Amino acid sequence: MATVHTAAGRREPGQGTAAEIPAKAGGAPAFTLKSTAFRAEREPAWRRLEALITRAEKGGLASLDARELLRLPILYRAVLSSLSVARAISLDRNLLTYLESLSSRAYFLVYGGRSNALSAIGRFLAVTLPAAVRAARWYIALSAACMVLGLLVGYVLTIGNLDWFYTFVSEGSAQGRTPTADTETLRRPLFSDGRGLGERLTAFASFLFTHNARIGIMAFALGFALGAPTMLLLFFNGLTLGAFVALYTSRGLGTELWGWLLIHGVTELTAIVLCGAAGLMLGRAVIFPGEYTRLQNLGRAGRRAGVIVIGAVLMFFVAALLEGFGRQLILATDQRFLVAGVTAVLWGLYFLRAGRGAP
Amino acid sequence: MQAARPIGSGSPLARWIETPEGVVLPIELGQRGERAVAFILDFLIVFGIIIGLYLLLIAVILGGKFGGIGWLLAVVMLASFFIRSFYFAFFELRWQGTTPGKRAMGLRVIDRAGGPLTPQAVLARNLMREVEIFLPITVLLSGTFSGQIWQTLATIGWLAVFMFMPLLNRDGLRVGDMIAGTWVVAVPKGALFGDLAHGEAAEDAQVPSSSQYSFTTKQLDAYGIYELQTLEGVLRDRRPNAGEVRAEVARRIRAKIEMPEEDLADADTERFLRDFYTAMRARLERRMLLGVRRRDKHDKR
Repeated sequence: MATVHTAAGRREPGQGTAAEIPAKAGGAPAFTLKSTAFRAEREPAWRRLEALITRAEKGGLASLDARELLRLPILYRAVLSSLSVARAISLDRNLLTYLESLSSRAYFLVYGGRSNALSAIGRFLAVTLPAAVRAARWYIALSAACMVLGLLVGYVLTIGNLDWFYTFVSEGSAQGRTPTADTETLRRPLFSDGRGLGERLTAFASFLFTHNARIGIMAFALGFALGAPTMLLLFFNGLTLGAFVALYTSRGLGTELWGWLLIHGVTELTAIVLCGAAGLMLGRAVIFPGEYTRLQNLGRAGRRAGVIVIGAVLMFFVAALLEGFGRQLILATDQRFLVAGVTAVLWGLYFLRAGRGAP
Repeated sequence: MQAARPIGSGSPLARWIETPEGVVLPIELGQRGERAVAFILDFLIVFGIIIGLYLLLIAVILGGKFGGIGWLLAVVMLASFFIRSFYFAFFELRWQGTTPGKRAMGLRVIDRAGGPLTPQAVLARNLMREVEIFLPITVLLSGTFSGQIWQTLATIGWLAVFMFMPLLNRDGLRVGDMIAGTWVVAVPKGALFGDLAHGEAAEDAQVPSSSQYSFTTKQLDAYGIYELQTLEGVLRDRRPNAGEVRAEVARRIRAKIEMPEEDLADADTERFLRDFYTAMRARLERRMLLGVRRRDKHDKR
């Protein structure tokens, strides 16, 4: 297998000439390696792709025109195929490194996510979210059970002995609505209308900040710690609620309180339950990884759970609207129940029916 | 794919991903420090905007012309909430997994399994920031610790687990990355230089491009792929003392392959090394085509 290369004039015909091409007239390069010929042929396409990528990395995909956008995946697959060939035939390390980094950069752009945010959001709302909620029905049932259990325990204990109220409700969230307050003090907040648009909006915004979204996101995030804190959080939330219900019921204001709560509470409590369910999904993924590693499984569950939490955040938004406006504008208890019923039916229809049969 | 390992793959940040086309690509994770800087840049942008909004509000109040202050305050609060919550997700959706801070640091979010980066993943990993960063900051700044000392410590410990998660695992994942199945990688930079076997670099080395030296098969088989690629590095080296390195390398090669030692001029050294590189690469690539990948000089194949 002697492959002996000498100057053009004194070339000895070795046996291993597969990698050699006879010298051209003029005696310039004596031979060309296969990998060199390969590179010479493919390099223009790599350079074109490199120019496209460099531009897109600086100015985003928006800086490419329609034709270039169409060409990007084609050039990307071409460079991947070049890389595979080069790995098989070339030992030029610089070439291999270059092709690997070019492929990675092109891969980041091609698989970097959808650039059309609007259609992504549309599909998310119409198909992905309701499907994810349906798939999580058992987690939702468990999450709801925790909250309802808390509510029952809180109610039963507090209605038996009003002193329990102080155990379940912190001073901050009671805001003077305690068993020692007179009935009128308890009644007034239920039917206060904000004085104007400004107050309502402020109320709306502050509701959005303070309580709703935070409890929900906490319930989700805590699921990461095996799910137990999520269940506790849901349970405690139920306890507080039950204590309030018991206090108001003991003063004959039970129906009014429910109207005040449910006008936005149908939406808000559902959202909290959904967040809790998402948290429980994470907890389960960590405890029972099944055939995956814990981390892989957490990622799989996390993406599904993340969908639900995002839906819940949108619901918190709707709940804050209802709380900030609906509750201040609609003062009659029966009308509040009507709104609560309508929202319940709408959410139910949306989660049970939307996007069924979609690809 | 052992043989196709890139340079620097001994680095603790080197990973492999398989693209949907089935090609295995090396990637390099973003360094934690760079990620922290990218986050701080983004954080400054977000809070710059929010503070700007409030300054504007104060200016309007001081101007005293506008009546509905409560209304304006609510709008500003809402806007701040949305900017804070969706800044990262917005950019990572629009800019294929980068934000202004990440772009400045050459970082990018990708799917850990090598698939496309989905909108759900982007939203999930960024909602977790609320818990990882903003919640701890609020809790620590507001100082709302009413309970006993152990409660305070437990809260701080719990928040610290979230905040410092990137330091606690090999891949530098934040909790949001774990949830979303993503990781942050450095965008590679790689330039393509001339082909050494082709004789393109000849103009700066002032040597003709055809072979002068000839080698026997036995001489070429003195080394393997590792030595070939090391020689490639030596030949591409353009630092001031590269000439001495080349002379030394040439001397050792000649000793190893039992070629008569003689003092070579600089141009001849270059000539000799390039000829040896080309001949060796031709030999090794040819054997590789036939299925023999000779890793290094100790590889007895």
